[in-house]
Amino acid sequence: MAAAARRLSAASLPLRHHHLLLRPFASSASGQPPITVETSVPFTAHKIEPPSRLVDTTPSELLTFFRDMSMMRRMEIAADSLYKSKLIRGFCHLYDGQEAVAIGLEAAITKKDAIITAYRDHCIFLARGGSLVESYAELMGRRSGCSKGKGGSMHFYKKDSGFFGGHGIVGAQVPLGCGLAFAQKYTKEGTVSFALYGDGAANQGQLFEALNISALWDLPVILVCENNHYGMGTAEWRAAKSPSYYKRGDYVPGLKVDGMDVLAVKQACKFAKEYALQNGPIILEMDTYRYHGHSMSDPGSTYRTRDEITGVRQERDPIERIRKLILSNELATASELKDIEKEVRKEVDDAIAQAKESPMPDPSELFTNVYVKGFGAEVFGTDRKEVKAVLP
Amino acid sequence: MCHLKNIFHYINIELKGGVFFVVVTKPSPLPLLSLPIFPLAVLDFEIDRKMLGVARRKLGFGLFSATRVLPAGSVLPRKYSTAAKEITVREALNSALDEEMSADPKVFLMGEEVGEYQGAYKISKGLLEKYGPDRVLDTPITEAGFTGIGVGAAYYGLRPVVEFMTFNFSMQAIDHIINSAAKSNYMSAGQISVPIVFRGPNGAAAGVGAQHSQCYAAWYAHVPGLKVLSPYSSEDARGLLKAAIRDPDPVVFLENELLYGESFPVSAEVLDSSFCLPIGKAKIEREGKHVTITAFSKMVGYALQAAEILSKEGIDAEVINLRSIRPLDRATINASVRKTNRLVTVEEGFPQHGVGAEICMSVMEESFEYLDAPVERIAGADVPMPYAANLERMAVPQVDDIVRATKRACYRSVPMAAAA
Repeated sequence: MAAAARRLSAASLPLRHHHLLLRPFASSASGQPPITVETSVPFTAHKIEPPSRLVDTTPSELLTFFRDMSMMRRMEIAADSLYKSKLIRGFCHLYDGQEAVAIGLEAAITKKDAIITAYRDHCIFLARGGSLVESYAELMGRRSGCSKGKGGSMHFYKKDSGFFGGHGIVGAQVPLGCGLAFAQKYTKEGTVSFALYGDGAANQGQLFEALNISALWDLPVILVCENNHYGMGTAEWRAAKSPSYYKRGDYVPGLKVDGMDVLAVKQACKFAKEYALQNGPIILEMDTYRYHGHSMSDPGSTYRTRDEITGVRQERDPIERIRKLILSNELATASELKDIEKEVRKEVDDAIAQAKESPMPDPSELFTNVYVKGFGAEVFGTDRKEVKAVLP
Repeated sequence: MCHLKNIFHYINIELKGGVFFVVVTKPSPLPLLSLPIFPLAVLDFEIDRKMLGVARRKLGFGLFSATRVLPAGSVLPRKYSTAAKEITVREALNSALDEEMSADPKVFLMGEEVGEYQGAYKISKGLLEKYGPDRVLDTPITEAGFTGIGVGAAYYGLRPVVEFMTFNFSMQAIDHIINSAAKSNYMSAGQISVPIVFRGPNGAAAGVGAQHSQCYAAWYAHVPGLKVLSPYSSEDARGLLKAAIRDPDPVVFLENELLYGESFPVSAEVLDSSFCLPIGKAKIEREGKHVTITAFSKMVGYALQAAEILSKEGIDAEVINLRSIRPLDRATINASVRKTNRLVTVEEGFPQHGVGAEICMSVMEESFEYLDAPVERIAGADVPMPYAANLERMAVPQVDDIVRATKRACYRSVPMAAAA
């Protein structure tokens, strides 16, 4: 034990994260020794007692975190190249840097719980069980896309595993998420909804309207502010008089969480789910960061310095954090982790190749899904004497 | 002449030359069916329409003293009818809501004052008591918030009925109606359907001013993915609201405050809880040979009155109650125009880019060769609704506007003075 402890203190950790405790217990039922990890920083709380900094995890969970986050990272970087080669059009908002939020959230909940987010949705879709092929095909507007090519980057959905999109209007997803929670309470499902939004959306009036109703009606909704500190090109201090988003709920309690620490995210979301089921809404502010600009048309360096970006990458990168945790706990070797990354890369490349083979939607798809029930109404193309159809 | 008494906003009793007259200053929205047939003193139907600087065109106005009583249903003894029971539009809507909530536990109602207040216009009277606060929800005055919550609940699979106290307030929530509700089924390629109903009074009431009087039919009917319905009679109200609640798509249901208190006869079939009207089908309220008049909501009543007046001059008008603004029943409208060869569209809302413009275009595209005259359009005046009663009267279509336009379509009016 002493030797292990010595190894621990010798582990090279980034400057900010000194207090990594490891207390191996007797092996759990799964045969894996559970591991307890301390979060990078304590939770900051508003009107509530914060959860413990000590998070239980297992080796396989940590390795899954590593793999899944690497997958997301790779997916977004590959999407960047596809966009630059004009295979992806329109808007493309990338999530790299923020993976810990998607993964930590997923680890704390089930597929019966609901998630709704805005347009930076590719990785949430993946976390909810969406496939790489469906993602790339949708980004490229092909028929095997998750929305059959008709939605695009901002409109990924996976209703069968509780992912309700993918929304283009900043802030609109928050009342919608409260509505999901309303339905869950109405149907007595014992599940919760997570409504994700950014620091830019945090000032939207409809958010406060929905929060007020949710608090009045005790809806099991968790509002998750993914605070990456920039609403497009506007830094949070320029947009919000009070950028303490976890406090903005006023009468609604909140927690501030290190969004780059996947275990902290998992702990907070687990805590929030239990809270919301009993008491109604709670706000989680995830302190996170996006490496890309707001979207592919934003270099992301006109309103922040390159030093800041590289600084976060060095100090707080979520994947690196897990890598160090795995290595220092000797759960895998460095070359095993590299192999995982290579596998992930190949998976992503294969998915892109497969997605590229998917054809564009049939022209008849222009007129499908306008309604569930069209009653035989006529629908017209641009030249109605040339192109028209009947809605079934 | 002096106004002695204002019975309703559209009826005055006036003393003229020593004789009492019941004068209708704005036509009653009653359908002609409820006209009692018993003698009264001679009545004068006079409209104070002095337009500034524009001489009134005497289009047979001299002939035009419509001697008619148009009282509200409760002023005079109820018309004795052999068959039908009569219910008000309010009762029709209330019973439709009640029955649909009873039939499907996923249906719930939310809006301002729908619960304890029994509904701002008493449409949801008794529902809170019957279904409880989990299914009849009073919301704060936050349209964007509660509409978004309603749409989110519909995403999950519930069947919300969201009430707007008037559709003027729906503008605060219009992003959710259009971007969150109307487009979702399409953007998700069928994964996320939105079985929601947005309902409430639409259009002008009486004297409520510019911000409370707009008609939103054209706005919402513009949007693919929405269905837009507008009932006129109690039968319409029951059948269309039930259809709307059962429908798997987002439906905008445009009622009219002034029609809530109006009674209409309803058959036993209409009163049955399984009664439903088809969406996308117009109703021919009155068959005719010479000219087609299309209208929806309150204007149907006006169009029917105009048709009565015109029939005395030998013009037999066919009145179509649109019922469904989107999908628009182009087939029925065009079939009618092909029969009559003339068309007048009537709507309460602003004229530019309105419902009548779409109907006119549809007829041009499909039935051009059948038209014997240009399509005529009657709409609200192209101004924000004024408050003063005389200006308000000028801003909302009146029966004589419809009569005049129909005569123009039939080339029966005096040719316009060279105004150009």
